[in-house]
Order: sequence, then C-alpha cells, then structure tokens
Amino acid sequence: MEVPILKQGPYLIATVQSALTDADLLELRDGLVERIGQSRSRGVIVDVTALDVLDSFATRTLRDLAHMIRLRGAQTVIVGIQPEVAFAMAQFGLTLEGITTTLDLEEGLAYLDESLKTRRVG
Amino acid sequence: MATTQEKELPKQESQTPPLESTADLLTELISHLQKSRTQLREEWVQRIREAELLTAMTREEIFAEATSVYDSYVEALETGTLEALQAYARNLSERIIPRGVETHEVVGIVLLLRDVLARSLFAKYRTDFRVLHRVLDAYEPAANRIGITVAVGFVQERERVIREQQEAIRELSTPVLQVRERLLILPIIGLIDPQRARQLTEQLLRGIRMNRAKVVVIDITGVAAMDATVANHLVLTVESARLLGATVIVTGLSPEIAQTLVNIGVDLGKMNTVGDLQGGIEEAERLLGYKVYPTRENPVA
Repeated sequence: MEVPILKQGPYLIATVQSALTDADLLELRDGLVERIGQSRSRGVIVDVTALDVLDSFATRTLRDLAHMIRLRGAQTVIVGIQPEVAFAMAQFGLTLEGITTTLDLEEGLAYLDESLKTRRVG
Repeated sequence: MATTQEKELPKQESQTPPLESTADLLTELISHLQKSRTQLREEWVQRIREAELLTAMTREEIFAEATSVYDSYVEALETGTLEALQAYARNLSERIIPRGVETHEVVGIVLLLRDVLARSLFAKYRTDFRVLHRVLDAYEPAANRIGITVAVGFVQERERVIREQQEAIRELSTPVLQVRERLLILPIIGLIDPQRARQLTEQLLRGIRMNRAKVVVIDITGVAAMDATVANHLVLTVESARLLGATVIVTGLSPEIAQTLVNIGVDLGKMNTVGDLQGGIEEAERLLGYKVYPTRENPVA
C-alpha cells in the first residue's frame, strides 16, 4: 500500500496507514527523498502510529531515509512509535541512533519549528 | 468404577445370600455415622490434638469447626453433592488462612477424619469381612473425593489471597508522578526482579504517552543493587523512552549499580545520569526551559 505524502508548510508529512511491505518502505524512502528537492522542504515527518511492528528492515530503511534527507538538506522526525513497539525495538538493538523521535505528530511539528528557528538565529 | 461393581454384583449374588445394594449400604453407613456422631467427633478432635495440628486455634474452636466439618462431611456422603462442602471449605479457609493455618494441617485433619470414620466402620463390620469390603468400596471413593475437595478449596483460597496481595504490591510499587508539565518522576524503592522491571517499563511508557512527557527522571536511590538482567532492562527502558520522544535522566545510582552497569558495558552516550534526585529535577527543568528562582531575598526568614 502506498503511503501518501502531504506537504504542510515547509514540511513533508508521510503518514503510514497500515503494515508496509519491504517494497512499500523502499518506495516511501525514494518518494520522500525525491519530493524533498522538488518542494524545497526543510523537514520531514514520518508518522508510524498505525504500525504495531517495526522490524530490522523497516528500522534500517527509516535510518537510511533520515540520513539521505539530511544529505539533501532537511531534517527527519519519526513520530508515534507505540510503547510496545519501542520496547521491542530496544530489545533487538534497533534504536534509530541519532534520529529524532517524538511522541506524536504535534510534537514532531513543534520540534521541527524549534530546531529550524534556532538554526536561523544561530 | 460403578460399572465394574454392577458387573460383579450378579456373580456374588449367585454364590451368596443376597446383599444390600451399594446405595443401601451407603444409607446404613450414614445412619451409623450420624448415630455415632458425638463419639467419633470427640475421637477426631482428640487425634487432631495428638497430631498437633491447628495449633493456632483453641480447643473450643477446633471442636466447633470439627462439628461443622463432620456434619458437612456426612451430608456430602449422603447427598453425593460437594457444593455445600465446597462452600464451607472456602469459608473455613477464608477464616483460618489469616491465622496462619498451613496446607498440611488442613489436609491432615481431613485425612484424620477419614481414618477415624474408616476405623469405626471397621469395628462395626469386622465380623463379616465381605460386607466390610463392600462398605469400604462405597465409602472410600466418596471420602477421597471429599478430601480432595477440601484440600483444593483451601489451596485455591490461599492462591487467591496471594494473587490479591501481589496485585496490591505491584500497584503500590510503581508510581509514575508528574511534577511539572511534561516532566515525570519515577521513584523506585526496594528490590527489582525481572517481573517488576517489566511492570516499571510498561507503566513508564504508558505514563509518557498519557502525560505527553518530554523528560523523565528515574530515581533509584532506594535500590541497593540490581543484577545484570535488570540493569540491561533499565537500559532498554531508557532507549524505548527515547523512541517515544522522551529523555530519561537516571539519578541516585549506588556504587554497586554503577559497577553492574559498567560490567554489562552500557553505552554512556545513551544514559543520562545525575547524582541525586534534586540534581536530576534541576537538569530536567533546564532541558524543558524552566528556570526556578526564589521570590524573596531571604526565603527562610
């Protein structure tokens, strides 16, 4: 199932609606990295609230996605990881090292606003 | 069991003068037990005291309970239904468990009653071995069923009490408290076993969601030591909280726990630790952008 990517101000928001196959994940990654240039977005939010499992492939793809987007000049925030999913990921050592995660979409937007503001000032 | 008895019956009848049916025997047996009630009950109480069972109860109490148990026992034999006895056993367990009566005592007294009654039957029918045999055939299965019912009732009641207490302890032992908007503290006191560690993680992650917390201070001043499994679990909890977007500050690590964490090779980049709870809360406030200052020059005066 394809993940819709919405443009919201300076950000792109991808909300995952249901379980994704590996191919869907790669498509999401490529789609976002592509769109980031077209829309000149400063930040990307991937909302995984609906997912009740995040396996090693998904985690790696999300990490690659964040790094690629970083290289394209924007920031990535993963939002809405469920508590059980978070603990399972920690158990398997899939901790999304160096990538910002927040509780939900609202927090993610607040984080991006804040970090873009400080960067402009600094 | 019943079918074998029924099959054997005609054979026996052909060889010997007709015997009463099992049901008749049971009726006779019960009327015997009812007639000898006073004497057998006395004997039973005597044997309970000799065996030093139910030491937590007075002689009068034992006698009163023995009377009720005896009557329920005979009634269960008579009616063949165990509900009344079951209810009584549960009720009795409820009353005597808080007084420290042990499983072996309850099983012991039921077995003693069984012995006392069996002996009395033996004495009554000893002249005719064949009848005695059939009486015991009728008596033993029923008596064993009763014994099992009482013992199981007692154990179940005890387990229920234990479960309730465990539940209460679990709820008491893991408070997740909000001290400021978006700041939770989780004071942990006492021993942490893997079960409690899981509970803590669950409560904490749920608390982060519910209170939309950004920072959590876990204070383990009250935990003297933890083994490698639990220490690992703590690290996992810190990482899971980060995935939910919350920063965890751990405070009050004892030298022993510090040693354990170093031994399991914890990545210090992931663990944010501060010496004591006060320091932890101050650090949390700094992260959240709070600044606390006294409203008066000399607050104590």
